[in-house]
Order: sequence, then structure tokens, then C-alpha cells
Amino acid sequence: MNRPSRFILSTLAFGYAFLYIPLVSVIVYSFNDSRLATVWGGFSTRWYGELFRNDQVIDALLLSLRVAMTSATGATIFGTMAGLVLARFGRFKGRTLFSGMISSPMVMPEVITGLSLLLFFITLQQITGWPGQRGFSTITIAHLTFSMAYVAVIVQSRLMSMDESLEEAAMDLGGRPLRVVFDITLPLIAPAMMAGWLLAFTLSLDDLVIASFVSGPGSNTLPMLIFSKVKLGISPDINALATLIILFVSIGVFAAWLITRRKTD
Amino acid sequence: MHSHRSNKQLWRRVAIAAPYLWLIVFFLTPFAIIFKISLADPVYAQPPFTNTVSVENYLFLLTDKLYVITYLRSVALAATATILCLALGFPMAYGIARSSSGTRSLLLMLIILPFWISFLLRVYAWMGLMNNYGVINNFLMWLGVVDQPLQLMYTDFAVFVGLTYSYLPFMILPLYATLERMDLDLVEAAQDLGASRTRAFWDITVPLAGPGIIAGCLLVFIPAIGEYVIPYLLGGPESLLIGRVLFDEFFVNRDWPLASAVAIVLLLLLVLPIALLQRSQARDQEGAA
Repeated sequence: MNRPSRFILSTLAFGYAFLYIPLVSVIVYSFNDSRLATVWGGFSTRWYGELFRNDQVIDALLLSLRVAMTSATGATIFGTMAGLVLARFGRFKGRTLFSGMISSPMVMPEVITGLSLLLFFITLQQITGWPGQRGFSTITIAHLTFSMAYVAVIVQSRLMSMDESLEEAAMDLGGRPLRVVFDITLPLIAPAMMAGWLLAFTLSLDDLVIASFVSGPGSNTLPMLIFSKVKLGISPDINALATLIILFVSIGVFAAWLITRRKTD
Repeated sequence: MHSHRSNKQLWRRVAIAAPYLWLIVFFLTPFAIIFKISLADPVYAQPPFTNTVSVENYLFLLTDKLYVITYLRSVALAATATILCLALGFPMAYGIARSSSGTRSLLLMLIILPFWISFLLRVYAWMGLMNNYGVINNFLMWLGVVDQPLQLMYTDFAVFVGLTYSYLPFMILPLYATLERMDLDLVEAAQDLGASRTRAFWDITVPLAGPGIIAGCLLVFIPAIGEYVIPYLLGGPESLLIGRVLFDEFFVNRDWPLASAVAIVLLLLLVLPIALLQRSQARDQEGAA
């Protein structure tokens, strides 16, 4: 087919520059010695030092990681079940509501999810006394609820693209249903579960709005802490933090890309 | 044999019931609660709403000029951002789909990569680029295009840049998926039969990419309309959008019933786009299966 036109090539160049210039600029400014974000005061790594000495940042990071690990693991368990149900169980009573509830949290505006969960937790607390304090548990529940949908969709589409004959053969040979699930189905969908877990983990680490609603005083996740700082303007230690995150993610994504590319070659 | 079947039944029930119950408790019930609270009146008490039922909050939202304007502005802003994403995303997706398979996987990886980096930090990056003495203004002044810094931050322009930047991958990925599956022979056939490049593009490529265009536009429009962070950090103080209003109504004014009503009305605005998106995704999955 004809080579891409000059228009397409220049849009691609513009588009990628648009996506990456902001990231490069943050990285460059994180090494700026000046406190003023606008003046170049020479090369320095002092903001990295300040970042690691900041207990607030460390606490928020630890809370975010705990929430992300727990909610991603829960979301992978429930999401895998839901994906199996949607791909393999055929019709059952209430299927329409089930598939609707699975996909809705993905498209729900964050402010609505956040507000409704907060009012739910408050109501629940008035009736049962739990949760006495909002924080780790409420944020984890909120993240699990919206991210299980993503896991379910990934697992479901993986199962739909696989044919059922292996599982059927195992059943025909007398395999017990649960055994078949653990010996045949789960290993086959393990890559999808892994991808789902990573996505859920990232979504949880990324979330600001829902966590701001459902957390209580004193428990700040990392995005909440960052937001409270950048609301006031550019902040050099946030540049350093952003640089670390950008580098960490880029190395991970790039490595994953190299591995999958070698596999497909 | 009998125990097999009952085992299978049991497993089936557990697999359905666990996620089902979770979603009923933590997804459906919260909606029932905000719906109920949206019908109440605010009072100075704990909890700060009455047990009464009236549609007063809704009437207020639909007649108060400020709220009506805010809803309309949010829709207009989200629609503009969607069009900008489409205008930039379509040629990009097209270019990626038409590149050689080695480059294609690299280009796709570079589209997905920013998605894994914190959304908040990516928006923050633009604050450094767009402020009065930021990279863009310094560059323009160095070029001599302007001698005074342009006011970029805290304008609608900045909000558009932020929205387009953040949601561009959501537009490109579904577009790429349909463009990549497209049969190029059709375009060539049209051109052989005398259609101009433009004509072949509008009559063949665009209709065939239809499902991708619809999915991409909805994936940008739906989250953009309730967006909170981007207008807060990049937009001006007068740029009131519905996500911000909901947040302030709840946390600043402590008017829980009104905040709940704002959320329900926003949801009603989105019912149609969400239903369309689910239909297009269901169709896509049938097509893939």
C-alpha cells in the first residue's frame, strides 16, 4: 500500500512530541537547583534528598502501596470469578444485572463513585458502627469495587478467545469441576489475571478523586498528598517524585514490551 | 456422578454469588443511598439531612441559572475535548496501523506507556510547561514571537490541552483496533475506480472505522464530563465545571442532598452515552468471539 502521507507522518511526530515533552520537561526540572521552578539554577540532586527525608511522602507512599496490593489482589479474585461466569456459565437468573454491574464502575465518573461510596460508608457506620474510621479499609474497598471490573473484562476476553475443548476434555475424562478450573482453566488465564492485577494495582495507585472522598482525616494516599502540594503551584520535590515514577514505569513497560516482542518473533 | 454434579453446582453458585454480592453491597446500595439523600432536605444535624422526600433539589438544579450553565459548560468542554482528541488521534491511529509491524508495536507501546504513569503527575507536568515563565513561554520569547508571556495557565485553553493530553490514548487505542482490522483492498479498489484520496477516505475509511470512532469518542467524553483534577489545576477560577461543583457542594457547603442530586443529574446526562458504549462493546465482543 502507499506509504503514509506527509500529513500522517507530521501528525505522528506532533502527537508523540505532545505526549512526551511534558514528561521530559519534568525530568529536566527535577535536577534544577533553584527553588523557583522557572529559573535554571544549575544541576543538583538536592530535591531527591529532600524527598526521601520527607516522612509525609514516605507514609503516603506506604499507605498507597498497601491499598494497591490489597485491592488489586481482591479485584483479581473477584474479577476472575466474574470473568469466568460471564464467559463460561451461559445464561442464569440475573445475568443482565450482573454484567451491567460489572461494566458500570468502569464508565462511572469518579466523583459519583466517590460520593456514593462515602455516603454509603457513613450510613453503614450509623447502623453498624463500622467503619469507625475511614482510611485503609474504605479506600481498599472502593478501589477493589471499580478495578474488579477491569480484571473481569480482561479475563472474559481471554476466555472468549480460547476454545472450551480443553476444559471439556478434562471434564469428560472425569476431572472434578474444581480440579478442572485449577488445573486447566486457571493456568490458561494466568497471563490475563496477571495483566488484570497490574492494571488494578496501577489504577489504585493512580486514583485521587475516589480516595479523597472515602478516606478520613489523617490518612493521605500519595496522590492526595501530591494534589495538596501542587494545588499551590510547582513544587521541586514533586518534580523529583514524578521523575522517579516516570523512570520506574518506563523501565517496566519497556522491559515487558521487549519480552513480549521476543516471544512473538 | 451425583456428587460431581452437586460439586459443580456448588462451585457455580460460589463463583456467581461472590462478585454478585460484592457489587450489590458496594456498588448498587451506594446508589440507592445517594438517590434517597438527593430527595431529602439539608439540616444542621448529624447526619445533615432530613428524612423527608421531595423533588425540591432537582427543581432547584433545573431552574437555577448557575447550575444549568455549569452543566452545559461541562458538556461543551467535554465535547470539544472529544473532537480535539479525535482530530489528533485519528491520523495517529491511522499512521500506527499502517506502519511496519516492528515499528507498530513500538509506537503502540509509546501510546500506552503514559497511561501507566500517574494521571495527576502528567497533568502537573503541564503546569510547569504552561505557566507564565514556563517552558512554552520562554521558548516563544526566545524565538521572539511574543515579548510578553502569554497567559496560558488558568484558561480554558489549558483545560483543553490537559483533557486532550490525558484522554488521547483512550481515543487512539479503539481507533487503532478498527483501523488495523480494516481491509485496505477496499480503499485501493475505490481509488482504482477513480475516487480521489479524500473521497476514498470519507466514503470508505471513515464508515469502516465507525465503531472505533464511536467507542473512542465515548471513552473520552464520559470521563471528561465529570473531570475534577484537570479544571482544578489548569483551569481558571471562573471555569466552574460539574465535577468541581459537586465536590464543593459536598465538602465546602456541606449540602449533602444537593450534592447527591447533582450526582444523579450528571448520571442521567450520561445514561445515553454509557448505554451506547456498552452496546458497542458488546457488539465488539460478539465480533471477536
